[in-house]
Formats: sequence, C-alpha cells, structure tokens
Amino acid sequence: MELKIPEVKQRWPNPINTVKIGATRDEGGTRTSTVTVGGATSLPFYHFEGTIPHPPVVAMEVWDIPGEEWPEAVKEPFADVMHDPGEWAKRCVEYGAELVCLRLKGCDPNGANKSPEEAARAARRVLESVGVPLIIWGCGNDEKDNEVFPLVAEAVAGENCLLGTITEDNYKTLTALCTAYKHKLIAESPVDINIAKQVNILALDAGFKLEDIVIFPQSGALGYGIEYVYSIMERTRIAGLKGDKVMAMPILCDIGIEVWGVKEAKAPVPEWGDPKLRGPLWEATTAYVYLLAGADILIMRHPEAVRATKATIAKLMGLDGR
Amino acid sequence: MILIGERINASFKDIKQAILEKDKRPVQEWARRQAEAGADYLDVNIGAVSKKPEDMAWLVETVQEAVPTPISVDSTTVEVIKAGLKALDGRPVLINSTTADDRKLEQLIPLAVEYNASLIGVAMDERGSPQDVARRVENGAKIFAAAVEAGLTPERIFLDPILMPIKFMQAQVKNVLEAIQQYTMLSDPPPHISVGLSNICSKAAERGLITRTFLVMAMAFGLDAAVCNVMDSELLDAIATAELILNKEIYSDSYLRAFRMKMARAG
Repeated sequence: MELKIPEVKQRWPNPINTVKIGATRDEGGTRTSTVTVGGATSLPFYHFEGTIPHPPVVAMEVWDIPGEEWPEAVKEPFADVMHDPGEWAKRCVEYGAELVCLRLKGCDPNGANKSPEEAARAARRVLESVGVPLIIWGCGNDEKDNEVFPLVAEAVAGENCLLGTITEDNYKTLTALCTAYKHKLIAESPVDINIAKQVNILALDAGFKLEDIVIFPQSGALGYGIEYVYSIMERTRIAGLKGDKVMAMPILCDIGIEVWGVKEAKAPVPEWGDPKLRGPLWEATTAYVYLLAGADILIMRHPEAVRATKATIAKLMGLDGR
Repeated sequence: MILIGERINASFKDIKQAILEKDKRPVQEWARRQAEAGADYLDVNIGAVSKKPEDMAWLVETVQEAVPTPISVDSTTVEVIKAGLKALDGRPVLINSTTADDRKLEQLIPLAVEYNASLIGVAMDERGSPQDVARRVENGAKIFAAAVEAGLTPERIFLDPILMPIKFMQAQVKNVLEAIQQYTMLSDPPPHISVGLSNICSKAAERGLITRTFLVMAMAFGLDAAVCNVMDSELLDAIATAELILNKEIYSDSYLRAFRMKMARAG
C-alpha cells in the first residue's frame, strides 16, 4: 500500500517588509553599494515554502573612540586603525563587511563625552572612507543621543542610513529626524514581543512608515539568554508572516558587543582553548543561532567570525556552488 | 474576524428608497463608509422591496463603482443571487446563502463552484429554523459535506447556526454557541462560522451591550465571521480585545490603535 505523505508546507499570506539601506549617487547619496534585507515569504531558509529574495547581511562595528575595552583577540585585527573611525571602517570592508555600524560610544556622558559636532565628524569620516551603507548607533544615553542625533542625521542626509535606536520611552526625536532626513530606523525592545509591537505602533503613530523600520529585540550571547531572544524572534516572524503588519519587519541582531563581553569568549583560561580561536568561534556560533531564528542584519566584530558567518549564509542560501 | 458589512440592505429605509429610485448616492456612501471602517465584505441585499434580479445587478454594480471591497450577494432567491454574481467584476465574492434544503444546495453549490465564490450555509432546512443544537449541527454538517464534495475547500465555506433574538427566543442563543463549537470540529482547518449578528438584539433594550457580549462569547466558542454593523466602534474594540484574549494577536499597550489602523488600511 502506498503511504501518502501529508502536505505540511505552510503558505504565509504576508511577506516580511523589504528595507533598503544606503543610497548611490543616482539615488542622492554617495554609496558605491547598497544593502536590501527582508522580503521573505517563509521562515528562515525554508526555501521549500516560500522565497527569500535577500540573504541576511553582516555589518561590522566601528567606534568613534578606540575600543580600549575590546578583548585582545578582537582588538588585534584593528589595533593599528582604532584611532581613526575612517581607517577602521576601511579595514572592516576589507574583512567583508557589507555595512559598517558606527557606534557613537565616545558620546557617552559617563565616558569620553564627545560633542554632537565630533559625532557628526566621525560619521562623515566613515562615510567618506568607505562605499558601503552605514548603521549609526547612539551611545545609549537617551538625553545625549537626542542632542547628538540631530547633527549626525543631518551630516549623513541623503545617504539612507539605518539609525538607532528608538525605544518605548525615547522615540520622538530620532523618529522625527529619520523622517526629515529620510533615514531608516531601528526600533528596540527589551526581549519583549509586546513592547516590540508597541514601539512600532508608536513610530507609526508619529508618522513614520512601518516599511522603513528594522526591529532590534536585543541580543544575548550564546549561553546568555539566547533562547529567550530566539523564541521572541521566531514569534515575531511568524506573526509578521501571518499578516500582522506591525510585526513584519526585518530583524537586526547586535552580536559582537554581547559575545565579546562574556567570559567564555574572552577569559584567559588556557584549558578552555586558545582565546584567539575561542572568541571568534563563540561569535560565529552565536551568529549561526540568530540566523536560524530569523536575523536579517548581524552586527559583528571579529574578521574570522564574519568570514565563517558569511560562508554559512552562502551555504544556507544555496549560493556556495553546491 | 471576517466582518461583513450589513448596511446595504433594503430593510433600511434609505437603501430601500435608493433601490426604488435607482439613486446610487446612498448606496455608494454606505459602501465607502463600511469599507473605510474595515469591512472584509459588503453584504448587498434587495430584501422585500423588489423581486427583480436586475435590481440586484444594479445594486452590485453600484457598489463596485464605489469601492474595491469584496461583495456578499445576499438573497433567499436563487435567481436574484445569480443576477448579482453575473454583475460581478471578478472581485472575491461570498454567496449569502444556501440552506440545507436539497433544492437549494443543488443550485447554489454549483454556482459557488462556477464563480469561485465562498458560500454561507444557513443551518435551516425545509422544516424551517432549528430549535435545538442537534439539528443545527446536522444541517451544518450536511451543507459542509455537500460543499466539500463539490470541491469547495473549508476556507470557502461559512456555516451559520442561525442567531435568534434574545428577547423572543432566549434559549436558542445558548444553542447557537454550542453549535458553533461543534462546527469547529467538522474539519481541520474548520470552516468559517458566521452569524447575522444584529438579529440577537432585535427589539431589545441595551442592544449594543447584548451584541458585543454575545460576539465575544461566540468568538471564544469559535465564531470567526459576522454580518454586522461595522460602524459600531465599541463592537470593533471588543473584537480587537477578544482576539488578544484568544491569543490570535500579539498584545501591545496600543493594541486598539494598531487594530484600528489595520481596519482603516483594509478599507
């Protein structure tokens, strides 16, 4: 007797939004390449269920001050360029970064407390040094970010950057700036799907287009709550594919900063293996988990982890020639 | 919830007048208002004012000129339904409705197949409206089986257990809830389950409250469609909240805002 295998493929009615970052000369910017994410009509890498027109991309992280606190293993590939965000960004592109994420760490009032003008200069410097699109990330102090972003958003006007982040408690300034200067927006929520939805509704209410939002549900390193983030990302993606327009955004994961803060990646414990290998492996493994959860943009640090992650993406997308 | 706007019906004076005078304005006004409120279908019914199929065709054409919303062609007369279907411009359509009466099934199911339409099956038969749960389920299952047999998928079948006025037939309302629950077990995925919602509060006081409360309870039993007043914002808020409680939508503090925006976009 022939056994009929039941049809279990899902058909999802609503594609994930497509978000383009960067603008070429023809589009009013100066980028030599742009990045497009989203557009999927299936769960991650379920090529048999739907289409995934745009593979996930890898951004690499640059600071506006030297990364003194970066662990040795991940500082070493950038040690000679960390004094200059422009040179640092170039190095990232050499290592395969499809976008550069400039983190305005130096603006932190509890740290170097750099001025908005200095932040804008750092952004211009990165912009002029590389041709890939930019992500620009605030220092995380709401008050300071709201002083810094007006100058930064204007300094990179026309370049269609991805700026972040807005949160439930601080969204008005950056949302207005992204509207005015036509940038894309990162909506952050604290590993909480209800707040993820809420932040998007707030941005929408403030007149921002849902189609210009990338969501950041926060990220955790492997071993540090990654399963919570995973399940939030999965639920978010399923809700979006099912038709919840307020949840149908590409997802960003900020991985380097998390991984290189945990002891498994950085502690000098010889019996855990060579930190030069262990750290990148921890970062690449973390990235792999987020790819499976539905990440569209990964922000990473170590060149070896980036290389491995890009190879994984190519393999999962069937682009590796096999 | 699939919301079928009830307002373009000749039992309303302005629509009756419009049909008699072939005045498009009130019809198109209600088409637009209901579409903007988020109706998934616009019910179109010439009621008792006319028996002429061409009046149904006129009504369908008039609505189509105003909005792109799918239409629910509503009549107890097969010839009138046919005229409505013929007048369609290719948009999705719902036939409202067949009963479990064999003569009705034999005519309306082939029409649903021919026009690629969805079909509402009302759980009455040649003996009239059922007064208990068992006959509601029996009639519903009969319609469902006949429609599936003819090739309609469960997503194209809407079963209506016949909602009756609480003021006059109080015991029947609970029977409707039980029938809804049983309909959900007919197949996986189940058919849609729909009621003519405004029936419940006919001639009653506290109409809004009774309607909302019933709808929310019926949703918990498995109701997922209703012919109703889509202009009733309190009703829509209750639906939005019930969908959260049933875990069909993701909660957020501004969920009502999100729901209203979704409805407005649908229109």
